[in-house]
Amino acid sequence: MIHTLAEGLLGRLSLDYLPTEPATIGAAVGLPLSALAIVAALTYFKKWRWLWDNWLTSLDAKKIGVMYIAVAIAMLLRGLADALMLRAHTAQAVGDNSGLFTTDTFQQVFSAHGTIMIFFVAMGLMFGLINVALPLMLGARDVAFPFLNSVSFWLFAAGMILINTSLVIGGFSNGGWLGYPPLTGLEYNPGPGVDYWIWSLQIAGIGSLLSGINFTVTILKKRARGMTLMKMPIFAWSVLVSMVLVMLAFPLLTVSLGLLSLDRLMGMHFFTSDFGGNPMMYINLIWAWGHPEVYILILPAFGIFSEVVATFARKALFGYRTMVAALIAIMFFSFIVWQHHFFTMGAGANVNAFFGIMTMVIAIPTGVKIFNWLFTMYKGKIRFDAPMVWFLCFVVTFTLGGVTGVMMAVPAIDFQVHNSMFLVAHFHNTIIGGVVFGFLAGITYWFPKIFGFRLHDRLGKYSAYAWQIGFILAFMPLYALGLMGAVRRIDHYDDPSWQPFFIVSAVGVLVIMLGVGLFILQLAVSIWKRKELRDTTGDPWNGRTLEWSVPSPAPEYNFAIEPDVTHRDEWWYRKESKLALPKKSSYQDIWVPKNSGLGIGIAVFAGLFGFAMIWHIWWLGFVAFLVVVALIVFRTYADEPERRISAEHLYHLDKGRKQ
Amino acid sequence: MKTRGVLILAVVLAAIGALGWWLLRDATLDVLQPAGNIAEQQRSLLIVASVLSAIVVVPVFTLLIVFSVRYREGNKKAIYDPNLTHDARLEALWWGIPIAIIGVLGVITWQTSHSLDPYKRIASSNETMNIEVVALQWKWLFLYPHQRVATVDKLIIPVDVPVEFSLTSDAPMSAFWIPSLGSQIYTMNGMTSKLNLIATEPGSYRGYNTNINGKGYASMDFMVEAVDKKTFVDWHGELAKSSNGLDWTTYKQLSKPSTLDSPKEYALHNTSLMHAIEMKFMPEHAMNGEIE
Amino acid sequence: MNHIAHAHDKHETAQLGFWLYLMTDLMLFAGLFATYMVLRGGTAGGPTAAELFDPTFALSETIVLLLSSFTCGIAALALRYKKQSLALWGLGLTIALGLVFLALEMKEFAEFYSEGHTWQASAFLSSFFTLVGTHGLHISIGLVWASTLLGYLIRSPHHDDAHRKMSLFALFWHFLDIIWVFIFTIVYLLGVLS
Repeated sequence: MIHTLAEGLLGRLSLDYLPTEPATIGAAVGLPLSALAIVAALTYFKKWRWLWDNWLTSLDAKKIGVMYIAVAIAMLLRGLADALMLRAHTAQAVGDNSGLFTTDTFQQVFSAHGTIMIFFVAMGLMFGLINVALPLMLGARDVAFPFLNSVSFWLFAAGMILINTSLVIGGFSNGGWLGYPPLTGLEYNPGPGVDYWIWSLQIAGIGSLLSGINFTVTILKKRARGMTLMKMPIFAWSVLVSMVLVMLAFPLLTVSLGLLSLDRLMGMHFFTSDFGGNPMMYINLIWAWGHPEVYILILPAFGIFSEVVATFARKALFGYRTMVAALIAIMFFSFIVWQHHFFTMGAGANVNAFFGIMTMVIAIPTGVKIFNWLFTMYKGKIRFDAPMVWFLCFVVTFTLGGVTGVMMAVPAIDFQVHNSMFLVAHFHNTIIGGVVFGFLAGITYWFPKIFGFRLHDRLGKYSAYAWQIGFILAFMPLYALGLMGAVRRIDHYDDPSWQPFFIVSAVGVLVIMLGVGLFILQLAVSIWKRKELRDTTGDPWNGRTLEWSVPSPAPEYNFAIEPDVTHRDEWWYRKESKLALPKKSSYQDIWVPKNSGLGIGIAVFAGLFGFAMIWHIWWLGFVAFLVVVALIVFRTYADEPERRISAEHLYHLDKGRKQ
Repeated sequence: MKTRGVLILAVVLAAIGALGWWLLRDATLDVLQPAGNIAEQQRSLLIVASVLSAIVVVPVFTLLIVFSVRYREGNKKAIYDPNLTHDARLEALWWGIPIAIIGVLGVITWQTSHSLDPYKRIASSNETMNIEVVALQWKWLFLYPHQRVATVDKLIIPVDVPVEFSLTSDAPMSAFWIPSLGSQIYTMNGMTSKLNLIATEPGSYRGYNTNINGKGYASMDFMVEAVDKKTFVDWHGELAKSSNGLDWTTYKQLSKPSTLDSPKEYALHNTSLMHAIEMKFMPEHAMNGEIE
Repeated sequence: MNHIAHAHDKHETAQLGFWLYLMTDLMLFAGLFATYMVLRGGTAGGPTAAELFDPTFALSETIVLLLSSFTCGIAALALRYKKQSLALWGLGLTIALGLVFLALEMKEFAEFYSEGHTWQASAFLSSFFTLVGTHGLHISIGLVWASTLLGYLIRSPHHDDAHRKMSLFALFWHFLDIIWVFIFTIVYLLGVLS
């Protein structure tokens, strides 16, 4: 009786799922303790009100962006800790030495590492930077749907909390970041780990999908007057292309994860080995999302570098039109290459050759972009501030990653390196070199616009150097290991001649951690010295685009007067032609959305729904689902409360600033 | 200041180079030291692709360095031309060159996708030999139906004889790879994939599972012995007479999840074992219960 | 910008956003259709599509849903021309027909289930229940939406927002109709033909 009652109330949740290994117990205790410490600090310093009013419920895109970035940096630390665990383990686990962790922990750690880095670091940094910069660059006051934006962020946060909850109870998936069935099916993996993976991604993924719609509409509808598509800053173009990919690809992630969870929850047979199921279908579906996902992440990074190079070379971007053409070409091709992730599944020579050639074709527009960046530098006047140093590291690292990518695009070569450490090195080469360097450059670049002071330049450069050297140490040995026959995801090997390579790689991870440490030190030192680093002009880099036309930190409404755009690099043009100050009559009232806690509410219950599905607590799932529906219905019919900022007030603010 | 920067860069590069040399000085890179015809062609392909890529990479790195130095803000002698924002001829050049390179590589890709297709039989004066491979949790079972022998975690093949592997899985998806011989292929439940390889040099090589299939995944490596024909014939002739036989009952024991400390050898009593293993996952049999 | 223009602008933005959302939903269904097509043969010794489906029954479902789309269109038009009571009737009928459709679908599902053709019986049935069920889930969400909209129209029939809200719902409802036509063709008609 009690047993069934407990099962009814708690599903399969029980104390048996608490971690047992020292390393995992440490995480399980440490995580709630640090959460508790934060809560206590907020309570002690009486900051709850401030946090709630100024941040958590804010619908200001810039603040939502900052929250995205804060969460992503926290998750970067978690993902890096995972990476260090992996490499510390493989540095030792040779022959009779079984390494630091059990196989099960090791497999959970690499699955978590990949999942967290892609979904909660790279995606988080991307959406953060888009929120921070995109509306400003478009000359817009806000995104198209401010409330939806908050919902997206909080769903992302809910997914993040769910994935970290697995550390405390239940453990994580051991099936890798894309969780191929049948390994992740019920038969081989009945526990809650895979469900944590599914539901944290499902919830965060829906948030990303909504963001995709939101930013696409923002770009199509909220551009300043006169800003035609071909006058948009290239970053906005890269975001547009990336968001179209989000809208086309993320539904397929929803489907893949949804069907896998139906297999697991309802005993269906989509991807089981028996009853007619077909695991290959899953692999196709998830990569039909997964490959565009790579470009979803890299394209905005390309956009950031395009802005950075133009700004610091003090020259307009070279070949704007070809850059746009290249972006569109990449968008198109990224959808017809997914099969290259499994040339070795035996699809046949024609299919493999087709997808291989399509994959190589993507290298063409990518190469064009690199040359355009280089010729933006040509006959420029280049300043090497930290964002530009990130750019240099990017070109070096990303180009090499591109080369190994082209190699792997040849099916006959891929047959010899697929799923080896060579592959691991390759995708880190593009993702760290492209995505991570790009987003770190973006943070450095736009930081003054949000906070009103620059980041400490020298520490930023040191961080870039450490990342670059750490990258070489961590991943070049993996290329060699791959060619030696070391496959990915192994927690143990017999050949002692591999060990030096693994040790160097582990040292590389430490150097990357130093790079992250320097980045955080840079933040701390900059806050400390914020008076010296203050950006009084609103235009610290001698920028070209509209975000630099407003004061730093940018006001919540972005623009006191909605700008009229006549040129591609509008702000540069205005500076060159020394336009007059606006008259008082050009100021009008602005309506900004009031804060809303509903986004948090929806995410809390969506998260509870996920938790209920993981632990089979059906009543909770049912209630949480109903509450989410009720909240959405409520929001649909509630008036959207807005707050007026008077024209008078705006005029005086601007006057005070310009004199 | 400037010279110090260059100096530091040179020292870092030299250190990384030295470290690389020290690591690689007597490492065995299986993929680059092939012992079979397929792997050899794949190595050549890897080299061709690297050289073709270098046509783009070398100019990129050169221009990056030259432009960074020449057009730095401090260089007062350099020309500053903010209006140089496009040039149709230049842009045509860097659309054209990559297109040409990818064109060449595309043709090579098309050809090699066919010539090195794992399903394609290898032409040889020797007759192709069949070996059946079953991925288990967590060991490899090799069945030699014609020789009536079977091994676990140890593959013995004759030199210069093309081998056609038929592979399936009685475990989550796994993948079969012998880097010294070339090409890997996935193995899946209820399905047969094929892989054609040949060893041209006698020796021992390592094989691996490259796709995670559970806890014992990392220990799913195995030894491959490429031996001369006589040794091979003697070996299977002797083994086929062994009292240690493999049939459905012993198979069911063997297929339970476990890792092995040392390889096993059997006389193969049931030559349609592979078929039976595949049929385990077929729907009709799933309905009617197990076949014996 | 004054407040009315502001509201108009907002509606245009919302409409574009909604169109894009429908596109993402279309991708979701595309994934489910592809899965169904691939797994259709995986009957695991159980019944095939041809043995299981009754196209006349599916046709009756189709007619009911098409009718509901028609009444929904009438409601949207009526609201635009300020004929509030006609709009209420149209929307009410849409809900009623939607309920009938759901009931028919439930009946079909229940029959299959009671005959042992559950979603656990084969990959084919898993993909069938999921594809058709996902559409059914959308219909249910649509019905919740329509009911709240009906309440809204009764409370404030002359509000500017009324026809905007209605037009979004109509878009959703027509979209579901189109999806159903695909289901009818691919699942039921092609199923019986093969």
